[in-house]
Amino acid sequence: MIDYKGREVLCSVRNMEVTFGKGRKAFVAVKGVNFDIYKGETFGLVGESGSGKTTIGRAIIRINPISAGEVLFKGERISGKISKEMDKMVTQKIQMIFQDPMASLNERAKVDYIVSEGLMNVHPDMKKEEREERVSQALSDVGLLPEFATRFPHEFSGGQRQRIGIARALIMEPEFIIADEPISALDVSIRAQVLNLMSKLQKERGLTYLFIAHDLSVMRFITDRIAVIHKGVIVELAETEKLYAHPLHPYTQALLSAIPMPDPDNEKKKVVKVYDPSVHHYENDPPRWIEIEEGHFIMANGEEEAKYREILKK
Amino acid sequence: MLNNGDIILSVKDLHVKFSLRGKVLNAIRGISLDLHKGESLAIVGESGSGKSVFTKNFIGLLDKNGWVDSGEILYYGMDPEHPVDLAKYKTEEQWQTIRGKEVAMVMQDPMTSLNPLKTIGWQIEEALKLHQGLKGEAASKKAVEILQDVGIPEAERRAKQYPHEFSGGMRQRVVIAIAMACNPQILICDEPTTALDVTIQAQILQLIRNLKEKYGLTTIYITHDLGVVANVADRIAVMYAGDIVEVGTCEEVFYDPRHPYTWALLSSLPQLGIKGNDLYAIKGTPPNLFNVIRGDAFAPRNPRALKIDFEHRPPYFDVSPTHKARTWLLDPRAPKVDPPEIIRHIRNIHVGGVEE
Repeated sequence: MIDYKGREVLCSVRNMEVTFGKGRKAFVAVKGVNFDIYKGETFGLVGESGSGKTTIGRAIIRINPISAGEVLFKGERISGKISKEMDKMVTQKIQMIFQDPMASLNERAKVDYIVSEGLMNVHPDMKKEEREERVSQALSDVGLLPEFATRFPHEFSGGQRQRIGIARALIMEPEFIIADEPISALDVSIRAQVLNLMSKLQKERGLTYLFIAHDLSVMRFITDRIAVIHKGVIVELAETEKLYAHPLHPYTQALLSAIPMPDPDNEKKKVVKVYDPSVHHYENDPPRWIEIEEGHFIMANGEEEAKYREILKK
Repeated sequence: MLNNGDIILSVKDLHVKFSLRGKVLNAIRGISLDLHKGESLAIVGESGSGKSVFTKNFIGLLDKNGWVDSGEILYYGMDPEHPVDLAKYKTEEQWQTIRGKEVAMVMQDPMTSLNPLKTIGWQIEEALKLHQGLKGEAASKKAVEILQDVGIPEAERRAKQYPHEFSGGMRQRVVIAIAMACNPQILICDEPTTALDVTIQAQILQLIRNLKEKYGLTTIYITHDLGVVANVADRIAVMYAGDIVEVGTCEEVFYDPRHPYTWALLSSLPQLGIKGNDLYAIKGTPPNLFNVIRGDAFAPRNPRALKIDFEHRPPYFDVSPTHKARTWLLDPRAPKVDPPEIIRHIRNIHVGGVEE
């Protein structure tokens, strides 16, 4: 699927809504979410806990069913009821890396099994030798020794465990990886190793990432475009540098002002903005999802749109 | 800002060991550090560097299999003329005189440090009853006051609620409220914001700083992320493998770091990274503290290590009266070794391009 600017869209989310519970207890976790992810890019999704960022990731990969809208992968619908072959394709082409490497690996299984479990499902008739071959290849791809295949997860450090999580995703030869806070649980020095590994793999294999995190300092470093989500609604989406240079939505501004910087002089002068939703007057004039400048989308009503355009002119 | 006359806690050559599966682990390897009254000290290090173990000694919370092997921890808070040596404290009765009243601690995860079966008000009153001897009406009134102090709106109503009715950031405020209820002199915050969102993190840091100024608290702030301490710390101590490798004022450590480990920590921060380039990643893993460490513990992971780093442990070299680092690079006989580019860049901006 090619968009009107000639870029190849790998995954596209249209008016996604995710609801948990039924009837009076129903809770809409994500509503009216729209975005395209281009092939080969790293798309960031930032928000506070409870904002629905993880839910979006899980809805794309079909863990959470969506209650409205659709998800397209290479132009084909992968949400809702789909054929068995499609489901298998999704499982193989889209993979996920989870937040906490301490909790996401089966403690009772050896690394060999953890990494190859997906292969067994998709290629049940693959020979044992070939599978082992693929496992040791995947392990060396992420910088682990092939001998580690016979060990248990508890023998590894946090950074190594996250590498196992990445190897498990890679062995399926995916095109699209959803990384849900892959480095939040890691130490600063290990963080750098995992980030470098992820960008190396992206360069080598042309992978596309959906990178979910709450930490904007990391996001700036790794993503090409960022969507900011607040209470289940995406409020702003732009190229990373554009978003950092000209944040328009007050919530984005609040998030950016909270980033801790390793610079005492600036830190001591800095004023942290707090987002107050009452600055919006949405009662009579509800907000719409508009493209305020090329590639820069924002949730705004008529009054705000005029204000933002004024700011952009300067 | 720093007054050398006002030392509240003085650690002298502290060694802490643990016995694990029949082997002895050297968790703290000879730390000396003075804490000044009213200052805010940040202790930064990777997990396993011993930063939590170090501060747990001040409050008697060392695990059962750990002990102070040698050294002193002199606490001047109760009587400046006659300090008490916390390293000699053994019994719970002795610790009760320190814990809470003099030194209080805020733990990392607000989800697990509150009692889910008791109301927030009850948990704060418990501390008030124990440490300030307040009773009944007076205690509950004071509890509400403290809740307001830590920025919880509608404190009166919230005091009757249970922990599950609070969000993560609010719970951390409650934990801080409980620590403050004891009216301590020193507040130790062990990774207080690691489990929280960026926006909430900024608010909690602000709160801790406000409380520090309002009550003249001395705060110790433990974290693995050098990126977050720039706005809370007056001084920074960088820990590696059970030892403080560099200590200085916030500006000195950020703008003019001297130890290769501090260089490595700073250069691996994504805030300073250049997009498209690899981030600097520290190779290898921290040393095994079961073994005796020869020389500089960071040498095996340090691409700029000198030969002597593998043989002799470096002493502290003074950079300024407030800034010292344990590295042979500061020895007059050492060859000139350039720090990584990012560090040189920062130093040029802030120290005005003074190169030695």
